[in-house]
Amino acid sequence: MSFEASVRPVGELAVIDLTGEIDANADEGLNRAYAEAEAAGAKTVLLNFGEVTYINSTGIALIVGVLAQARKQGTSLRACGLSDHYREIFEITRLVDFVNIYDDEASAVGAAS
Amino acid sequence: MRTRRDGQRASPDTPTTAEPEAASGGGTASLANIAPDDPILAYFQSAPGPVEIDKLKLDSPALEALRDAGVKLAVPLVSQGELIGVLNLGPRLSEQDYSADDRKLLDNLAAQAAPALRVAQLVREQEAEARRRERYERELEIAHLIQQNFLPRHLPQLEGWTFGAFYRSMREVGGDFYDFIELPYGGVGIVIGDVTDKGVPASLVMASTRSVIRSVAQRIGQPGKVLEEVNDQLCPEMPPKMFVTCLYAVLEPHSGRMVYANAGHNLPYLKRTDCVDELRARGMPLGLLPGSNYEESEVTLDAGETVLFTTDGIAEAHDQTGEMFGCPRIIEVVTEFERGEDLRDVLLEELNRFTGAAWEQEDDITMVTLERHPYEQSDFERNEAAPITVTRLADLQIPSEPGNERLAMQRVADVVASIGLTTTRLDKLKTAVAEATMNAIEHGNQNNPELNVHITVESTEDRLTIRVVDHGGGREIPESTAPDLDLKLAGEQTPRGWGLFLIKNMVDEMHVSSDEEHHTIELVMYLGGGAPASPGGEDVI
Repeated sequence: MSFEASVRPVGELAVIDLTGEIDANADEGLNRAYAEAEAAGAKTVLLNFGEVTYINSTGIALIVGVLAQARKQGTSLRACGLSDHYREIFEITRLVDFVNIYDDEASAVGAAS
Repeated sequence: MRTRRDGQRASPDTPTTAEPEAASGGGTASLANIAPDDPILAYFQSAPGPVEIDKLKLDSPALEALRDAGVKLAVPLVSQGELIGVLNLGPRLSEQDYSADDRKLLDNLAAQAAPALRVAQLVREQEAEARRRERYERELEIAHLIQQNFLPRHLPQLEGWTFGAFYRSMREVGGDFYDFIELPYGGVGIVIGDVTDKGVPASLVMASTRSVIRSVAQRIGQPGKVLEEVNDQLCPEMPPKMFVTCLYAVLEPHSGRMVYANAGHNLPYLKRTDCVDELRARGMPLGLLPGSNYEESEVTLDAGETVLFTTDGIAEAHDQTGEMFGCPRIIEVVTEFERGEDLRDVLLEELNRFTGAAWEQEDDITMVTLERHPYEQSDFERNEAAPITVTRLADLQIPSEPGNERLAMQRVADVVASIGLTTTRLDKLKTAVAEATMNAIEHGNQNNPELNVHITVESTEDRLTIRVVDHGGGREIPESTAPDLDLKLAGEQTPRGWGLFLIKNMVDEMHVSSDEEHHTIELVMYLGGGAPASPGGEDVI
């Protein structure tokens, strides 16, 4: 029942570390963290799913919402730390067409924009 | 009174706790239990502080015991109004009385020790409960394993005949069994039985009964004599309060003659062209009385006739009002089913209609059918039937509160652990179950915690079937448009609406159905590969 999202700058990127379960309860935390990353002026935002244990369809909807905001503002969205299962869900939902997926934070940060 | 108090021999100035459960571990001190109706318990429970044993006047055997043990001062340990122990002290080494300061110190000590002791007791109780649960789950698994290993894997293939079998266990194995025995003189032995009791004991008795019948049937031809000898062999071995009802029939395939004997089991029904006959034969259940005799009857099956053997799981199934399905309904189904239909399917369908979708299966359900082909039918069109063995792994009721889909997901994951799904497939199943349950909670049951989501988990040799049933029948199901990410990002579709889409992509089959009351979503995962068009089926062990 717990979810946390915190923002930290890494070079040009804003990394949002996500922890716990992304479901309806994650709504406020996720959007607040994204707004914070936007406000910091990051042109690329990396969602770090390394500590996420569960994502349900409502969670997918929240991520779609964040993606929609990012696209409006011309911010590029990356993701790392997804388990094989959730990576497949990102593929099935076609989120991978709009979010660049990396295995870990190092490769996500190091990738050319 | 749940707690038990022990008075321990007190050595001077050395407080000894009389902690109820720990005391059973023994020690060197002599222990005296306090009877639950001893008045000293009520006295201790309401005492304002340490109690001077010598000054106490009570008609109490425990008080005598404490005095005999040399206890001078007893400090009751009370937590939340409940007496959970007593601290017993002998005389002071200085041989002076306990001072007011001593008592105050002891009182403070008791006030702190009591809740700590209570916590320790609770932790221990909880650990014991967890161990019990774990043992229970393991036992269930073993019982299912035994049961499944002893049910036939193949049906007899006989020219001119079609055999059918169906077995569905409930979560706790009920002890049903059936068997087909190839007999040395050309006939086929048909066995159906039911062991009283459930779980591992029942499945062990079932396994040994089956073996004894198999071996006796090889030597003896007449069913009545077979049951007689089986009974005599089983009687000395049978655990107390257990017995086995069993019907044994020998079919001569060429003539269609079937001789049978019955050890207190449900009657088989023979569907004739114009009527249904009950096949009666008298006899005591197996394992009760050595030297029992078994009446033998015989019947000849003509072309196109069918026999149905069942156990009591069908007749004794109840509907939601508590009414029993009963034998007359079975007879009705046998009367009305028509050539070309599978009697097993027809009877199950009727049973499901009767009990309703939310039924928690009460007992194993077992059926064996035997059909003599009509003359005009060529044999190679038939004999496609295989025994169907359904194991009910779980029958869950989940209250409709937001977030409970995770509970459902975890419980289902626990019960399918023994099935051997790969991690990838298990993850998919978990997501599908969580999404289906979430829909049931939100849409079907409108987040009403009074309503449960009913989840059943069943497995056969080649598939795992999970049904999620809610009370949203007779209502339109939302979320009919396929989610399209482009439209969602363009704001032309809500970001939500992924539930059914996800489920569909996680499982091998998804079926949605409704009646006036319930809405059911059925999730199917293929097991063991080789299943038709199984997306991702290749990674099944």
